[in-house]
Amino acid sequence: MMKRFLMALALLIPAAAIAAGYSGPLDKADIDLKDKASLQSGAQIFMNYCLGCHSMEYQRYQRTFEDLDIPLDLGEEFLQFTGDGVGSHKFSAIDEEASADWFGLTPPDLTMVARVRGADWLYTYFRSFYVDESRPFGVNNEVFENVGMPHVLQELQGVPRKTWERRMVDGEMKEVYVGIKSDGTGSMSEEEFDQAMLDLTNFLVYTGEPMILERQRMGMFVIGFLLVLLILSIMLKKEYWRDVK
Amino acid sequence: MSLLNWIDKRIPFSNTMKLHITEYPAPKNFNFWYLMGSLAIVVLVNQIVTGIWLTMSYTPSAEGAFASVEYIMRDVEFGWLLRYMHSTGASAFFVVVYLHMFRGMMYGSYQKPRELLWIFGMLIFLVLMAEAFMGYLLPWGQMSYWGAQVIISLFSAIPIVGEDLTTWIRGDYVISGATLNRFFALHVIALPLVIVILVFLHLIALHEVGSNNPDGVDIKKPKGTVKPEEQAKYKFHPRYTDKYDIVDAIPFHPYYTVKDIVGLVGFLILCSLVIFYAPTMGGFFLEPPNFTAADPMKTPDHIAPVWYFTPFYAILRAIPDKLGGVIAMFLAIVMLALLPWLDRAKARSIRYRSKLHKLNLAQFVISFIILGYLGVMPATDLYTLMARIFTALYFGFFIFLFLYSKNEKIKPLPERLTK
Repeated sequence: MMKRFLMALALLIPAAAIAAGYSGPLDKADIDLKDKASLQSGAQIFMNYCLGCHSMEYQRYQRTFEDLDIPLDLGEEFLQFTGDGVGSHKFSAIDEEASADWFGLTPPDLTMVARVRGADWLYTYFRSFYVDESRPFGVNNEVFENVGMPHVLQELQGVPRKTWERRMVDGEMKEVYVGIKSDGTGSMSEEEFDQAMLDLTNFLVYTGEPMILERQRMGMFVIGFLLVLLILSIMLKKEYWRDVK
Repeated sequence: MSLLNWIDKRIPFSNTMKLHITEYPAPKNFNFWYLMGSLAIVVLVNQIVTGIWLTMSYTPSAEGAFASVEYIMRDVEFGWLLRYMHSTGASAFFVVVYLHMFRGMMYGSYQKPRELLWIFGMLIFLVLMAEAFMGYLLPWGQMSYWGAQVIISLFSAIPIVGEDLTTWIRGDYVISGATLNRFFALHVIALPLVIVILVFLHLIALHEVGSNNPDGVDIKKPKGTVKPEEQAKYKFHPRYTDKYDIVDAIPFHPYYTVKDIVGLVGFLILCSLVIFYAPTMGGFFLEPPNFTAADPMKTPDHIAPVWYFTPFYAILRAIPDKLGGVIAMFLAIVMLALLPWLDRAKARSIRYRSKLHKLNLAQFVISFIILGYLGVMPATDLYTLMARIFTALYFGFFIFLFLYSKNEKIKPLPERLTK
């Protein structure tokens, strides 16, 4: 109850203005940090498609595996491609200088990208790539204009194009923009892709602050203790102040 | 009690406790607003203690700072808790201090004989701002870096020495590891030491003149003017009773200690809600761009200071001239410090002052809050115009106050505290 109230309070604050850049509507990322299957799927996508170029250098493999209920040996075998121990941080597979050369700048570290951009932004961003032949990688992004990376998830989503439809508007036939649609050549359906992107967002929110659940759990005990203390201290105060006229 | 005796023969332990705590006469009508002083001390202790533990794992270098903060957040046992307690404490400190200052303005606590007490308070506020500013550089995030860049460059507006001065402050031609190291030294040793000394002086000054109260009338009457049955029935230290007849007072301990504990627990609940459920407070306590490591080559789209500086930042931006803006910002704080001499009214508390004064104080509070809001927003034409209007009203408060307070029509003051 109090948590909802605080979240509502936080939403009133014009923090979105600080996040800068794109100011259009964002799709709500309905994530659940308790959903381990979703986090595991997000981790799998991240290790396979993101970690090639982006690093996650503040998060350790071991911490990730433990928090996501992934047995260490399985994690090492199927999710860790760098060959170093599970205690190591997640560094990207490519050389920083080389990638700066290829992309124009080193791809940013993604450990805390969810804290910088917000979950809704990420979820919308992943699903907003579209074909744009004028760009070096042949794709652009609605949320991140002139983004400097290729659409690495194209094999999952298919080729996404901006789509218009002829529709009747106010008695006239008009071309209406209906959003980005995949051509269906990807290995996932639209629903599957959306769910996969939700999982990836979930995973990035987790890595941004891996102790979220622990902190919320501890908060209940601390506040519960303080509420009891509050009642006792009010009683103590009343007892002492009885004789103050 | 022989140990206590042994100690008392060597240092004045019992006497000091009596003088300042158990036999210190405090007005019996303290309300909510009088809680803020004790809360400020608790927050100060919190900042010092959590700060010490953070220092144990923090690396003050341009290469290591950002990563060491994440190390604290992820690998240090309860490191995240220490860090959030420290970052929430910083904002809580300003919440409490602003309310504390507003209390002083409402009840005229700066008026004679409490001028020096007020000045010490203003010095604490000034050093606290420096402390918070330097602390904000330490995580070495984008906003740390560029916020510091903006604020330090203000000094370059000073004629002749400006440029050299900024280089001297940074210890480099740009903000660099050298700047980070010196800010670290100042943040963890120099400024906390100054704050603790000033707080000590603030308390000494308070106990010398005695606490004001919501009625603004004295509880210490000249010796021999009050009948014994009308005097407060408690035992007070002879330091006070030898010179005065004391009315409507109660000893600080146990009455205000038990009362402050209630307020303190309530305050801790509010802080816990932030620490455990909204540690960034929607980007106001910890700004989103600060989760990216500082990059001298990449300026963020919008640089906003942390919320507690924004009213002054809005005043700075409201003035079209850079030097003028810096002067206005500085004056905004100087005016507050001058309050004891600007306010010439015969009554302290707002309870007995004119409607005009109440309106003036209300518009001051509203202006301050709106300036705070404008300080986080980008400087568009409309917002700049608004910032100018409310800057004028901010300074207007002090000018009006000086003009009307001398002949202000006040309500008759009561002999004794009312309720």
